[in-house]
Amino acid sequence: MKIVVLVKHVPDAQFDRHLSGPGNTVDRSESILSELDEYALEAALQLSEARGGEKGGNSVIALTMGPDGAANSIKKSLQIGAGEGYHLSDAALAGSDAAATSLALSAALNRIAQDGPIDLVIGGMASTDGETSLVPAQLAERLGWAYLGHAKSVDVDGDSVTVNREVDGHAEILQASLPAVVSVTDQINEPRYPNFKGIIAAKRKKTHPLSLSEVGLDASAVGTQGSLTVLDEAQERPARTQGTIITDEGDAGIKLVEFLAAEKLI
Amino acid sequence: MTDYGLSEEYQDLSDTVRDFADQVVAPVSQKHDEEHSFPYEVVQGMAELGLFGLPFPEEYGGMGGDYFALALALEQLGRVDQSVAITLEAGVSLGAMPVHRFGTDAQKEEWLPSLASGQALAGFGLTESEAGSDAGGTKTKAVLQDGQWIINGSKEFITNSGTDITRLVTVTAVTGTTERPDGTVKKEISTILVPTDTPGFRAEKAYNKVGWNASDTHPLSLKDVHVPEENLLGVRGRGYANFLSILDEGRIAIAALGTGAAQGCVDSAVRYAKERHAFGNMIGKYQAIQFKIARMQARAHTARLAYYDAAARMLAGKPFKSQAAIAKMVAGEAAMDNARDATQVFGGYGFINEFSVARHYRDSKILEIGEGTTEVQLMLIARELGL
Repeated sequence: MKIVVLVKHVPDAQFDRHLSGPGNTVDRSESILSELDEYALEAALQLSEARGGEKGGNSVIALTMGPDGAANSIKKSLQIGAGEGYHLSDAALAGSDAAATSLALSAALNRIAQDGPIDLVIGGMASTDGETSLVPAQLAERLGWAYLGHAKSVDVDGDSVTVNREVDGHAEILQASLPAVVSVTDQINEPRYPNFKGIIAAKRKKTHPLSLSEVGLDASAVGTQGSLTVLDEAQERPARTQGTIITDEGDAGIKLVEFLAAEKLI
Repeated sequence: MTDYGLSEEYQDLSDTVRDFADQVVAPVSQKHDEEHSFPYEVVQGMAELGLFGLPFPEEYGGMGGDYFALALALEQLGRVDQSVAITLEAGVSLGAMPVHRFGTDAQKEEWLPSLASGQALAGFGLTESEAGSDAGGTKTKAVLQDGQWIINGSKEFITNSGTDITRLVTVTAVTGTTERPDGTVKKEISTILVPTDTPGFRAEKAYNKVGWNASDTHPLSLKDVHVPEENLLGVRGRGYANFLSILDEGRIAIAALGTGAAQGCVDSAVRYAKERHAFGNMIGKYQAIQFKIARMQARAHTARLAYYDAAARMLAGKPFKSQAAIAKMVAGEAAMDNARDATQVFGGYGFINEFSVARHYRDSKILEIGEGTTEVQLMLIARELGL
């Protein structure tokens, strides 16, 4: 089975996030592999390992789209256990919205499929920066494959994939024929950390750089030009101001209640 | 000139262990410290990360790394939780390493895979009530009779010797006497592998320690313990020399742990100095606090350089005894001094156990005692100077 995992290089939520540059987009200088994509990678590795891993003819491929720094997310994926990586990078991709991103990724997947058909594409349920959750669904539409979103379990049996998803208090079991696109939640598994052997092994694994022309796309189809939505304006959230301090002069209780009532908290 | 920048794989390992320490270890540290409970779930996590196999070859289930890789992992763990770090340190450098260094192929095949994978732990039974750095005081005896060693004696302060996954303790024992050319008689000390399920072997009640509460430490008693003759580890009579070399390496590991603890205190103090306000400013704006923390940072940095240097010499096959002793002493003192200063920065909260600096304060004292006291390090350094 050949599984492609969509991995995204996102700003590290541990640090303060800032907007910068001409498009006022998120500063990506302190970025990491999106935490939610680690669940997708783990799900792919478990599916592969249950079938004998690479020796059993299975492969797990990490695919990312992003600037040079995104290579770090591929590296991390390879350290964790992916067999090879593809890094789609092109200056023209900057500013791509979900629609343009899914177009570019579908083209990259078609390019990867030239070396052998893909059975399954797995992604996280959202990116931890854009948070649109649109890309996997759009990707399935572009590829003409089934889409099974927000899975909390995924299993493959023969030519079909089954997922379990929980929505608003009820559970659904969805089944589709392969190939398919699946997005997984953070409930699906406990992602592993890379071990030292994996870190060393990753140095011998291949990352294939892909340019727009190599995936057969024109620069005008992606980036801000190819996007359906345009980021008009973005503002950083104003710094928090100091709250109200009530000094107890015998009437603090009353003042507290008045404050809470005024804020409609009681 | 040596460049102490880390190569990519060392840096990636260090970053991975840092994430593990922050995400998996830190959330349960206080609970295990309070309950004096062994963190089995953390040990399992470290096992999955391959940390117990870091310096061992892949053929025995190891990660194919080296001792410096282990030291880097220990620094990151020591920053967050010294009990967890010493559990790894003792498991690898005292438990498994003697088997790797001095064991026969059969001994390695029997023990290393389970130890390197972290599925089992081994302890190193050296210290006795009257023998530690002065091994001549060793009283535990082993007599060879009908192809079996019969061991009698007791040991003190043995780390990882009584957990549910402890399978082996390597003990030093007097196996005879040798006469020196000048006519004086010297004890012959050897090391023997004792599986913990051997009748007569017992890990006594765990100590109630000042710190390292989540680390497993017991006195051991050995009463007519019978093990096969082939459980002798290394050459008979070389036990003393063997454990000295194990301790030399171990000092680098302990230095790394101490460096981590010292750094953990710096990180906590910096964070707190930016949060806490007094007299109209965050306290980090006052030089009294700035200078204290700057000095703490200098100690952590110095300790790191010292253990990097000792490790680099060791990996290059150069003599490193003095450098390891210096690193161990400097890092242990840095941890203790930084823990004291960090608790001072925290004020009253520094005296409350739920704050990690308070735990570091209790935990760090042993770094000036275990694996050779500071005084023993000074002896070693002076001896290397020909004094």
